[in-house]
Amino acid sequence: MLESKGRFGIHGGQYIPETLMNAVIELDKAYTLYRDDPEFNKELTDLLNNYANRPSRLYYAENMTKDLGGAKIYLKREDLNHTGAHKINNALGQALLAKKMGKSRLIAETGAGQHGVATATAAALLGMECVVFMGKLDMERQALNVYKMRLLGADVEAVTTGTATLKDAVSQAMREWTNRIDDTHYCIGSCMGPHPFPTIVRDFQSVISREIKWQLQEAEGRDTLPDAVIACVGGGSNAIGSFYHFIDDKSVKLIGCEAAGRGIDTRETAATINTGRLGIFHGMKSYFCQDKYGQIAPVYSISAGLDYPGVGPEHAYLHDIGRAEYVGITDEEAVSAFEYLSRTEGIIPAIESAHAVAHAMKIAPKMSRDQIIVITLSGRGDKDCAAIARYRGQDIRD
Amino acid sequence: MSNIAKAFEHGKAFIPFITCGDPDLETTGQVVRAAVENGADLIELGIPFSDPTAEGPVIQEANIRALNAGVTTDKIFDFVRDLRKDVQIPMVFMTYANVVFSYGSEKFIRTCSHIGIDGIILPDVPFEEKGDFDPICKKYNVDLISMIAPTSEDRIAMIASQASGFIYVVSSLGVTGVRNEITTDIRHMTALIRSSTNVPCAVGFGISTPEQAEKMAAASDGAIVGSAIIKLLARKSFHVRGRIFFFVVR
Repeated sequence: MLESKGRFGIHGGQYIPETLMNAVIELDKAYTLYRDDPEFNKELTDLLNNYANRPSRLYYAENMTKDLGGAKIYLKREDLNHTGAHKINNALGQALLAKKMGKSRLIAETGAGQHGVATATAAALLGMECVVFMGKLDMERQALNVYKMRLLGADVEAVTTGTATLKDAVSQAMREWTNRIDDTHYCIGSCMGPHPFPTIVRDFQSVISREIKWQLQEAEGRDTLPDAVIACVGGGSNAIGSFYHFIDDKSVKLIGCEAAGRGIDTRETAATINTGRLGIFHGMKSYFCQDKYGQIAPVYSISAGLDYPGVGPEHAYLHDIGRAEYVGITDEEAVSAFEYLSRTEGIIPAIESAHAVAHAMKIAPKMSRDQIIVITLSGRGDKDCAAIARYRGQDIRD
Repeated sequence: MSNIAKAFEHGKAFIPFITCGDPDLETTGQVVRAAVENGADLIELGIPFSDPTAEGPVIQEANIRALNAGVTTDKIFDFVRDLRKDVQIPMVFMTYANVVFSYGSEKFIRTCSHIGIDGIILPDVPFEEKGDFDPICKKYNVDLISMIAPTSEDRIAMIASQASGFIYVVSSLGVTGVRNEITTDIRHMTALIRSSTNVPCAVGFGISTPEQAEKMAAASDGAIVGSAIIKLLARKSFHVRGRIFFFVVR
């Protein structure tokens, strides 16, 4: 029997139809070849720096630090990247890899629309075709991003099955990939799915923690490490990118913030690690929100980007070994943090990222002034303003 | 020897696929018995899953209808116990990895063996991952059915050499659902399979007419028909139900 590939402890693997096996094997071989290829890395770094505006700033949030009166707070400004989120790091990496593999067409799923916009952008830049699958409900929640994707030349296909959100978009993208493999790369948006995707996405996002490390040393002196790194977790790509280069630095607390929706004790939640069980879905073994018969639960969060019933296998593993902590943040806490950061620092964060800000607001006051928290602001909040206004009872039009 | 082999003893096997509980288990029972009367050789019973990633719209909708009507794995086990009082032909479950895994793989497969289920098809468990299920299947003498796709190529010998029960030959790229035309060279695939194993192979995915079923069976050992049957069933008329089995009676 062949050995299962891409395991993080018991998690991960390649639970996909036979039709796709040669495609992921081909991808694995290509990635193994290019990940250490100086030419490929030079091209990617050039795209990240000159096109996507990296390195992103590590900003000392002085107002927030003073206001909370505890740990020193830094914000990793992924929101300042081109297209407004960390998603571009992975989209450019995968698009470039796909191009090297001779693929001419990218397909992708999207929840909040940020990964869809990033993929459509990379496709436009590299001259590739692009089709984005998006739940119909999410298309309504994130109409502006739908317009952007189409403006960038992508086809956006509405997914009406199931809950018409991110998980259904992933399922539909997988179905489409089995239909057309030869010229098509599935540019998956998070550190999930079958091997090698969780590793590929993690590697392309790990630029976040690589930069945090040297930027913090530049700001705070040699050998300075943060005491905590906080990021939001849906599938978990910005979090794994923020954690990766700190995993071996045991003094650094790694905290992932899951979307608790209306609370982890309610059914209206998307906090997978806090409420889910071990399962097999979307190509991987990991934790999933599901019923006793293994039917995937309809999850809920105000944030379309965190509204997913599973979590990347490496997070499941970091949870199992106790290396990272995963906490639930409710809609109300996230919206309050969204408003707080806007008012305090003049930065409007994505509602996803606001989940991480909310947790920092809880723990910073209890920490000492010589301690350091880094919050990854995974994206900007422009896309969320209309929805948050509605949440607060104001009807504004995009 | 696998009980499934009996399905292939009388020439080409006709294998209807039926989603359990669509729209209710009583109807599923009627359809299974009608299929048996009309000469079905093996029945593929679908246990619905909320997010069936290998299915096209027709079977996706059947799954949703069945789940909304309240069918569960335990109810399906009871249903099969009852069915086995008079249905003798081999029967296999087709479902997704999480349905088995979440129930407890050992408990699920042991129950299959007790109630007379001869095999399990899990479209999201490729060769590399069968270690989760295959040792337990062997322990309880339930065949884990291997699938071979048009893209399998250099993997065919590896998969076929470890196959048991029958081999599910996926006729086309993409998901389940009726197709006007099947363009894959099935004869070429079955020839490669037969150079590695004597386990029979049946072709499924996209078979929409009796003519197609005949053609696919001619190139292999049998034909699996799913979406075309579900589509007719969805129209809910008893008269239509009779028509389903003109696949069989031909």
